[in-house]
Amino acid sequence: MKSFDTILKECEALSFDLNFTHAKKWKAEKSDRILVGYLPIYVPREIIHAANGLPVGIMGSGDRKQIIKGDAYYQSYICHFPRGIIELALDKNLDNFDGFMFPAICDCVRNLSGMFKLSQKGKFQRYFDYPQNFEPQTGGVFYIQEMEKVMEDMYAINKIKVTDEKLNKAIKLYNKNRKLIEAIYAIRQQYPWRLSAVETYHILRAGIVIPVEEHNEILSQVVEYISNERGEPMDNIRVVVSGSFCEQPPVGLIKSIEMAGCYIVDDDFMLGSRWIQGDINENSNSPLSALSSAYINQSTFSSAYYDVGNPKGKRLVDLAQKRNADGVIFSAASFCDPALLDRPEMQKECDAAGIPHINFQFHENTGQFKVIKEQAGTFSDSIKLWA
Amino acid sequence: MAAPTEAIKEKSMILQKDMLAKQFHDLSKAKELGKKVVYTFVPGNITELILSFDMLPVYPEINALQSGMRKKSASFIKDAEKIGFSEDVCTYVKCDIGMMLNGNIGPTGEKLPSPDLLLLSYTGCFTFLKWFENLERLYPGVPVAMLHTPYQEDGQITKDQIDYMVKQLKEDVIPKMEKVSGKKYDPARLSEMMKNSAKAEDLLVKVLESAKNVPTPIDAYFAGVYYIGPIFTAFRGTTAAVEYYTELWNEVQERMRLGLGPVTPEGEIKEQKFRLVMEGPPNWTNFREFWKIFYDMGAVIVASSYTKVGGVYDLGFRHDPTEPLESLAKYCMGCYTNMNLPQRVGLIEKYVKEYKADGFLINSIKSCNSFSAGQLMIMREIEQRCGVPVGFIESDLVDPRYFSYANIKNRLESYFQMLEQRKIILKRDGIEAG
Ligand code: SF4
Ligand code: SF4
Repeated sequence: MKSFDTILKECEALSFDLNFTHAKKWKAEKSDRILVGYLPIYVPREIIHAANGLPVGIMGSGDRKQIIKGDAYYQSYICHFPRGIIELALDKNLDNFDGFMFPAICDCVRNLSGMFKLSQKGKFQRYFDYPQNFEPQTGGVFYIQEMEKVMEDMYAINKIKVTDEKLNKAIKLYNKNRKLIEAIYAIRQQYPWRLSAVETYHILRAGIVIPVEEHNEILSQVVEYISNERGEPMDNIRVVVSGSFCEQPPVGLIKSIEMAGCYIVDDDFMLGSRWIQGDINENSNSPLSALSSAYINQSTFSSAYYDVGNPKGKRLVDLAQKRNADGVIFSAASFCDPALLDRPEMQKECDAAGIPHINFQFHENTGQFKVIKEQAGTFSDSIKLWA
Repeated sequence: MAAPTEAIKEKSMILQKDMLAKQFHDLSKAKELGKKVVYTFVPGNITELILSFDMLPVYPEINALQSGMRKKSASFIKDAEKIGFSEDVCTYVKCDIGMMLNGNIGPTGEKLPSPDLLLLSYTGCFTFLKWFENLERLYPGVPVAMLHTPYQEDGQITKDQIDYMVKQLKEDVIPKMEKVSGKKYDPARLSEMMKNSAKAEDLLVKVLESAKNVPTPIDAYFAGVYYIGPIFTAFRGTTAAVEYYTELWNEVQERMRLGLGPVTPEGEIKEQKFRLVMEGPPNWTNFREFWKIFYDMGAVIVASSYTKVGGVYDLGFRHDPTEPLESLAKYCMGCYTNMNLPQRVGLIEKYVKEYKADGFLINSIKSCNSFSAGQLMIMREIEQRCGVPVGFIESDLVDPRYFSYANIKNRLESYFQMLEQRKIILKRDGIEAG
């Protein structure tokens, strides 16, 4: 078994390897393997796995890459995320990828799918339309059709037929993955000092660029390590961070929140890996229906999804209460319409439930955290003082 | 700058003004008249279906743009920002929310009725979803019907997608409309209305395509949104819309016969120096000033993408009375903002070529990611494919803070100079422009 430090270092390196070396190496080992890049938030990775593919999460270039060409493709009032993606594409970081999936979360990501089409990046560029209708017979059927399109795209490349057996096997692997991730969150809920938010972030982010089998191995070891005492408890407040589901905050920002005296007990940074709540049926005669039903009935919430009937503000409050959080930090990317349009309503719900909150906006390449640190520090102090 | 004078109007414009005034008046009296009110959106609207239940549609974007034109949007937007809406987000939403916070007084000064049904058809823009989530909270208990329009991701409309939409119409939208209106769905009536829609659509296309003439009798952007297009949405399916477009088409034919140019608020454009294709929504807060920069320089817009958010009829789509629900589905999916980027580029390329344009111009709107994200790539593609000079300006729909007259004027002047130079060179080399 590797030492915990080695695991953490490896995960950190994997999370920010913008050349996706590990994934490309995996693909090179066999001729019928394919790489499918996907953007935030969620795609059913199981179908890619079952087609001998590796789903690779592309979460932007963060503060690890200078944006030169990307800026020439986007006006100043559009979030930073897509310009980083274009930069990666133009710099050949995404070469060797067979196709790309663009989940239907906002107009920027949607139009980015068209930009990939126009520049013919990859063999397919699939805009993955989620149903906004949550009736199984309507939206559920539509979702299956959307998955089938991607399966056809992949089949055209490697001629691998996705069987029910392969799909069920993939579902099982991803069930395990989500379960282990939730185990980490559960341990951190009780003992947040055992694994910092930044370490958690690296561990989860590494998981979206390597095979799930390898990630499950890493997660099992992490769970084992943090089942034992590690670190020192501090007099920190407990917060939920909300609004960073797509463009990722720089690691410095996450660190600043922690250093300012806040344990992040839940967040939406790597939300796609935790999108489905609970297990998906892994012994079904129709695994596509099982995936669809999980999407319809077991999805978590995010600003990028329609919520009438099950409002996000309430769900955020429930989450904060479940995690026993002292407060909520709204942290959204600048110019992120979905997150920012939700903010007033979500804040109102927090007020109604008596949950204190603060908010800030960031760019994935923000380099200055002084103000954020001060703001989070004051937030933490005031909660400690008045709680 | 001189104060704007009273705009010069043609008969069709007066007709339209009366129709709109009546519409807002009916809305203000809706509750007294026992009429049910449906809030919905322009792109991918299903007006005929709403009207077939004798309900009245309200389009929040139209209220927002009208507030912009009447200089009320700035304070509405500020009010929305005061309750927590970020400076960064779509100002249409903020303007609408601000208007509601201020008593929901519509553009004509009469109070708009609260909705009896919120009909969310969010073709081509995710912000619509957010907008309606907010409306749903402002009007608790009002039923919400959702019509999810799949995106034309592959550049086509598939049978699966049509089935999905028809199913939503049958299983969710229509039952909710029946419940709210207390009336049964009447397919025969809907089909009848669609006959009118198709007639109006034929006429609208004739009017828009008249701009292929040199000189053009219409301006397909400023006039397109000012008096050619707006009537379309709320009145599609009615005989009044057919009458209006008949009148308009007669006027346009007459202008062509006389060789007259487009009507502007200051009369007819005498000299047409530049023919442009325009992408992106206009600015509403300074609409007349903005337009004036163009007509003062002899620039006319011969085709625009914004006038296609309510339907790309010039590509052949017509509402079809023989399959009303399928045709509503196809209509929603066909709107401009629901077309993928390669399709958008293809359409603009076609416009530049078929309308013999000298240039392509983008008005990039700060509010609108649906339009703006990807526009710089569209610009490069058009430059490559058509070889015409491309121009780029920035403003906003209804937030006057983002309309800089001097900046836009400077940019446009340089752009027009570039077009002028090109014309001289092409003429010298004996090549026809366009
Ligand atoms: S950060 Fe927000 S606006 Fe930008 S691409 Fe992501 S979801 Fe869309
Ligand atoms: S983003 Fe654009 S299309 Fe969407 S509501 Fe705002 S202005 Fe309209």
